[in-house]
Amino acid sequence: MKLIDFILNNSDQCLFLTWEHIRIVAFAVFLATIIAVPLGILITRNEGIAKKVLNAANILMTIPSIALFGLMLPVLALIGHGLGKVPAVIALVLYSQLPIIRNTYVGIKNVPPELVEAGKGVGMSSLTRLKEVEIPLAVPVIIAGLRTAAVMNIGITAIAAYIGAGGLGVFIQQGIARAYDEMVMAGAILVALLAIFVDAGMALIERILTPRGIKIGRKQGR
Amino acid sequence: MIQYDRVSKIFGTGSDAVTAVDEVVLDIEQGHLVTLLGPSGCGKTTLLRLTNRLIAMSSGTIKINGQDIMFLDPVKLRQTMGYAIQEIGLFPNKSIYENIAVVPRLLGWEKGRIRERVDELLRMLRLEPKTFRDRYPVELSGGQQQRIGVARCLAADPEILLMDEPFGAIDPINREEIQDEFLGLHERLKKTILFVTHDIHEAIKMGDRIAIFQDGRLIQYDSPGQILTRPANRYIEDFVGTDRALKLLGLLRAEEAMDGSPVNIVEGSTSTGEALRFLEDKDYLNLIVIHQGKPMGYLYSKLLKDKNTEVKNVADPYPVLIRCNDTLRDVMSQMLLHNVHLLPVVDENGDLAGSINYQDIRKYIQGIYADNAERE
Repeated sequence: MKLIDFILNNSDQCLFLTWEHIRIVAFAVFLATIIAVPLGILITRNEGIAKKVLNAANILMTIPSIALFGLMLPVLALIGHGLGKVPAVIALVLYSQLPIIRNTYVGIKNVPPELVEAGKGVGMSSLTRLKEVEIPLAVPVIIAGLRTAAVMNIGITAIAAYIGAGGLGVFIQQGIARAYDEMVMAGAILVALLAIFVDAGMALIERILTPRGIKIGRKQGR
Repeated sequence: MIQYDRVSKIFGTGSDAVTAVDEVVLDIEQGHLVTLLGPSGCGKTTLLRLTNRLIAMSSGTIKINGQDIMFLDPVKLRQTMGYAIQEIGLFPNKSIYENIAVVPRLLGWEKGRIRERVDELLRMLRLEPKTFRDRYPVELSGGQQQRIGVARCLAADPEILLMDEPFGAIDPINREEIQDEFLGLHERLKKTILFVTHDIHEAIKMGDRIAIFQDGRLIQYDSPGQILTRPANRYIEDFVGTDRALKLLGLLRAEEAMDGSPVNIVEGSTSTGEALRFLEDKDYLNLIVIHQGKPMGYLYSKLLKDKNTEVKNVADPYPVLIRCNDTLRDVMSQMLLHNVHLLPVVDENGDLAGSINYQDIRKYIQGIYADNAERE
């Protein structure tokens, strides 16, 4: 197994690139979350704006990543960051907007109207209601959005190696350049493993953060 | 005391405008349970939601204890009123304890006091605190959830309760039960309650007063008895139904219609011969046998003939005794069930208070309708 030999012989580099990959994705998801979750909550209060914001995020998603990197290059070059991690993270943050905003919006909009009504009726302010009812109930859906974003970002980060962002894409890019099959395979497999691992990890977080009352309901199939 | 003065609510504008509540004038007395009755779309729920400003009225004023609600902060206003809805709306992410504690917590009560209050309410609604406190709404049956809804509504001991078909979502058997419980609770707590329903039976059973709506207008505001005996117009006549005399039976108590001083009574120690003479002299159909003031059975001539003993040894026991506060509807039902035409009525000690038969009931109902006919 030449592939395993490759990974074992280059374990230092494998670890380094994996760690670099994780750092880029984690930072991007973190940034995306603190932008998109509040935005998703905010637009639940205004249907008109919600439509526009969701459309914009939708359009962002349709731009191929290589094209997005190309588009950003001249702009970011002005501040000396046309290549490298900065454009990569910016692209990831932009791509993450749709799944996170959409899931936050849908999660909160899907809170049954009678619960909103009950919350209002017993005298909860809009903010209290958000904090005590709407967000807790939307948490599973919001985390599902983060999960989609994170897994997607792992894939896009692999491409970002072409603009010098580093990460496991480096193996793929250099492997192709050198026609070094094991290197390409190692990069691809490690990216895939990372994606599976992160997906499972996020699923766990989703389960942990789901309110207990909801979990019991799910178990009972209600 | 809640006062509605020419309150209107118009949804939409221009040609799409719908008048949901139309110039309603209504005073709700302190401590009364008022049922708002009418078919769906008659404006009863809208009126309720205007009261705690879940929707804004188009014109008119609502005053609570003399204070115009438009000058109050809506969130604070709602915290001073209990609110229960048909869908119950328990928060599924919160435990039963947290659900009931919502309003006290919003009002900033301290933990110990909230804890005591929650347990008190659970006990009041016949739910064991230890068992239910830490459960979640999904783990409860519909009836139990409805009780928690009522508990949440009562939690901060509000003076006013707004209830929108609060028992609408449970099956008829449980509904009867929770209605009875709630009436008992109302008896003790004497809250001012607005209770929306589309069920005429519920309205009659629960209401001290009934307000009937049609197309947003208040048509009649009266006691249940008045609504049944003097419906204001054809609409209400139709709404209360052609069986309104029967519904009236459900409202009236045995003690109102009974014969309070029956004469066909014998002591248990009377001899059969003497009792038979008494029966035949007065031409009674039967005799009520009492022992130490309590009815123990009845006699008719066949039981007494050719016997020589005390009557208490031969009397047939009554299949059922009527209590003073049983409804005439129950009395009729018992008479039909047991095929008897006269039953003794007993007070809370079990002592004979009177007797009641078909004639008594018929005369009493007739009297009520005749009274009203005279007044008109």
